[in-house]
Amino acid sequence: MGIISHRSGEIDVLLQGNEAIARGALEAGVLFCAGYPGNPSSEIIETLIEASKELPIYVEWSVNEKVALEAATAASFSGCRALVSMKQNGVNVISDFLIHLTLSGIKGGLVLVTCDDPSGVSSINEEDARAFAPLAEIPLLEPSTPQEALDMTRWAFELSEQIGNVVMVRSLTRISHTRTNVKINDLPDFETTPRFDTNAPFHTFPVVEKHKKRQKKLDQAMEMFETSSFNRYKGPTEPELLIIGSGCARSYATEAVEILGLRERVGILHLGTTWPLPKDLATRHLRASERVLFAEDVDPFIENSVKALAADLGNELGTKEFFGKASGHIPSTGETSPALLLEVLGEIFHISWKNSFYREKIAALIGDATPPREFGFCPGCPHRGSYYAIKTALAWDDRDGFVSGDIGCYTLGIFPTGFSQVKSVHAMGSGLGLASGFGKLEKFGFDQPVVTVCGDSTFFHSGFPALVNAKFNDSDILLLILDNSATAMTGFQPHPGTGTNAIGDRVEPIDIEAVCRSLGVDVISADPYDTEETARIIYDLIKRTGPRVLVLRRKCALVQGREGGFPYKMRVDQERCKGEECGCGRYCTRIFRCPGLIWDEPVQKAKVDEVICVGCGICATVCPHSAIIREEK
Amino acid sequence: MMDPINIVITGVGGQGNVLASQILGRAALQQGFKTTIGETFGLSQRGGGVMSHIRLSEKNNYGPLIPPNMAHIIVGLEPLEALRVLPEYGNEDTLFVVNARPIYPLNVIAGDVKYPDPKWIRQILIESGKRVFWLEATQLALELGGPIMLNMIMLGALCALPGFPVGGNDIKNVLKDVFSQSKVKQNSKAVDVGGDLIQTHED
Repeated sequence: MGIISHRSGEIDVLLQGNEAIARGALEAGVLFCAGYPGNPSSEIIETLIEASKELPIYVEWSVNEKVALEAATAASFSGCRALVSMKQNGVNVISDFLIHLTLSGIKGGLVLVTCDDPSGVSSINEEDARAFAPLAEIPLLEPSTPQEALDMTRWAFELSEQIGNVVMVRSLTRISHTRTNVKINDLPDFETTPRFDTNAPFHTFPVVEKHKKRQKKLDQAMEMFETSSFNRYKGPTEPELLIIGSGCARSYATEAVEILGLRERVGILHLGTTWPLPKDLATRHLRASERVLFAEDVDPFIENSVKALAADLGNELGTKEFFGKASGHIPSTGETSPALLLEVLGEIFHISWKNSFYREKIAALIGDATPPREFGFCPGCPHRGSYYAIKTALAWDDRDGFVSGDIGCYTLGIFPTGFSQVKSVHAMGSGLGLASGFGKLEKFGFDQPVVTVCGDSTFFHSGFPALVNAKFNDSDILLLILDNSATAMTGFQPHPGTGTNAIGDRVEPIDIEAVCRSLGVDVISADPYDTEETARIIYDLIKRTGPRVLVLRRKCALVQGREGGFPYKMRVDQERCKGEECGCGRYCTRIFRCPGLIWDEPVQKAKVDEVICVGCGICATVCPHSAIIREEK
Repeated sequence: MMDPINIVITGVGGQGNVLASQILGRAALQQGFKTTIGETFGLSQRGGGVMSHIRLSEKNNYGPLIPPNMAHIIVGLEPLEALRVLPEYGNEDTLFVVNARPIYPLNVIAGDVKYPDPKWIRQILIESGKRVFWLEATQLALELGGPIMLNMIMLGALCALPGFPVGGNDIKNVLKDVFSQSKVKQNSKAVDVGGDLIQTHED
């Protein structure tokens, strides 16, 4: 039995933050869990999927985040506890439903977990999803450790049921992807029979009354927050500086205070319940210190609500000196770190802490000798072949064509690894919507060919409506669906096209080609490993009009690697490779850029790195002298 | 022994960094340590660097990131990545356990930038810390069955450092919780091979 499904608790186990969130939900007796994969949140649902093999709960990967919340809400409306999890981008996707749901209210505890990604470690933004808590007028909890992530998630269900509304829990990459000792507790019996009470419908009418009610629920939450054990103060009664912190920034602040020897001078108010701000608690602490530092990731969220409180208190509180995002002490971009908190506290208290001598010595020794690692597709990745074919076709066409991109591994098409073919990337499915617009610009004289790419999972998530739009409005859209049979970037989760669902049941796969054909859209498929043939097909499709779809199908190389690997052993015949003299300009290593194909410095010729190369064989065709040899294993 | 003990394990996506850290964490937990592992992987499978911060303490669970220049041990699964983290996390007393074999970044393969001479990297590390264990671990991994064995060799090496509180046997005890039965033996062997590398290392 997995530790996550362990019935009896009171034991110390090593859990990742996301596993702790999952365990917290199980300890609360969650019955229905849904989400859409996205780092750093994916492991929550993955962990619950594992638990569902031993516990009577239901877990699904939904087609997108909004549907996930809607599905989970059905369970809540029927009196069951439900959890929905996503990365910060997903909160944008659910927002329309969320704003209305929070007006109607809920029944069984409904917890929304967002895992924010400051610095965009694995994201294309670093949005602070906390902004949705005030917008939707729902309570917000912010854990600072995996233990708190567990405890808060468990309590969030109780809070949700007590006030009758959704409760939001905000994790961060550094919590979701941190493993620590976590004390787990007993699991309950999971005994709820769902029943929808037809005498108590859920809707938003009358709007103003429901709006008032939503705000009352928030007041109720604030009252509970005033005495919540998730808010803790550590430090002297009247500190020279009060730090109000949440999330990881709070733990960095704690360590920085220790390192700088400021324990007797600085107090830390660790705020776990950050919206609505518990005003009495905050007021008491504001009174005790003249100077306040806010430690939080991304937006000045706590900072703004505390400052608003201070403004309301006015003369009663007196003048305070605030350090935070507005003062420029804590940046409102990028993630916080121990170094940042040391820097800020060092500056405020005039303490020098840096081992500057060492850092300068090392900097002088190393100079600029550490080349950065640019992003690259994995060896064997079908996207390399797809973009190579697109690049070739657009070059033949020669009208300055480009790719309208989307979200997935293939986003890396903006970089040299995808031959820099992708010229726009925004939200899930947006590449298709943009393409449907580009496809209507011809009447104004627009003559650049546009290719839009989209992964299989992204197509189902939100690409489909844009394709319908293109058909409806007869737009000249050329969609390449890069079907690698997985939601690869986030860890190979299944989707409607793969033939299995989250819990491993065989389900009839939804055939992408059949879906396209049913719309009356022309669709063909090709093999991205066969770059020459695929380039010819794309070139031909570019010249046609109306909506058309090409499915480029090959398994993700990492999946293929697990399922038996690749057929070839690659080598470079260094007799045939002409090196720099060739005139190809080192095409194989400078342009094709596969990590498995390297430059042999001593002999100045290409070479296969046998530790990296997987043997996909795509590169065999790129050498003008056929020096790259593909042999059957 | 310092408290907390701060260890950086750094490498490139696909080298098994996160799994090695997790195994070390499990073994440390069984030894009664408060363990924190911060994992930075992001787009790691797509060629980027991967770094784990492991913090072992008898008293507290520390935060997920090691403060500047406070790493006691830096484990480099790849030499350039060990060099990269040196200015931010190293100090005069840092021990380095480094696999000697480079994985070339794409911009190096393309000839846009140079990969520093590994001998020079070794020399810089020697001048920057307390001691450097420079290991031909990839070669041994290939002999053991493939490059994926590297992480367990390096973990075995880390746990064989003099005074390190988690031993190779402690690691081997948790392998069965992580690997399928067919892989336990091979990975146990890798841990031993790593330990031998430290025992027989000549500076």
